[in-house]
Amino acid sequence: MIDHSAENMTDFNGELSLKALQNGDRNEFSRLVELYSGKLYRLGLKMLGNPQDAEDILQETYLKALRGIKKFDGRSSLSTWLYRIAMNESLMHLRRKQPEMLSIEEPGEGDLEEQEPLQIVDWCCMPEKELMSNEVRRKLDHAIEELPANLKSVFVLRDIEELSTLQAAEVLGLSETAVKTRLSRARMRLRKELSAYFSEKNIEGSVYDSR
Amino acid sequence: MIHGEHCQYLLGSLSEYVDGELTGELCAELERHLAGCENCRIVVDTLRKTVYLVRAANEQIDLPEDVRSRLYHCLDLDDYLKK
Repeated sequence: MIDHSAENMTDFNGELSLKALQNGDRNEFSRLVELYSGKLYRLGLKMLGNPQDAEDILQETYLKALRGIKKFDGRSSLSTWLYRIAMNESLMHLRRKQPEMLSIEEPGEGDLEEQEPLQIVDWCCMPEKELMSNEVRRKLDHAIEELPANLKSVFVLRDIEELSTLQAAEVLGLSETAVKTRLSRARMRLRKELSAYFSEKNIEGSVYDSR
Repeated sequence: MIHGEHCQYLLGSLSEYVDGELTGELCAELERHLAGCENCRIVVDTLRKTVYLVRAANEQIDLPEDVRSRLYHCLDLDDYLKK
């Protein structure tokens, strides 16, 4: 019988029992896998940019969770804990893959980038099917891939996994202010990339003419 | 394309603004500014659309069935695969 009585021992939506998980309840663990495996796979895919690495991260996250669940103190929600394992794994993987990139691309919290000239192109009212074309998706994926790890981790948690600022801060061990600052920088970079792309398409005439 | 000092000053708040999380005097100041600055309105609109596009493009990513099978296998949960 699974004990759901202790509220602080269940995850944020109250569906999983930490006590059962810590007692080695396979049924409960399979539910933990079912609930979060899709989200964690997506996190790995966006952080690392390829399906094989995403699968490795997914498996390693749950293997670590299985080994570590007894020591988990329940101070954060289970989902935050899982996201933290997956994000740490992804960041370690990135460091192994691109050590030189990470060492030079760890900008501070300054706003130097935001003082660059802005792209002022009004593309927001273009038809949905043109905004969501495969080419735009590829452009977006590439722009996300190009983000430095410290911005990408915040961006993936907030805008792809749709975690709250507080939850993203807990996962990454950052202040909420740092999460907001990094999210702003990441979004502005992506906006700039899309604006440059749509501006070019507009000049070519192919975007608007194809309505 | 010219962007003023006031625009630069408010730029860091736009992301919070599109999330609807900007409050108080800074939010009021930004909205007063947006009423008279078309460039900043365009930045806000395109920033909001950027966030929307990212979310829309990524919410359809599902766990591939073969990846799911191998995950269950490596966790010794094969008997739960069909449930």
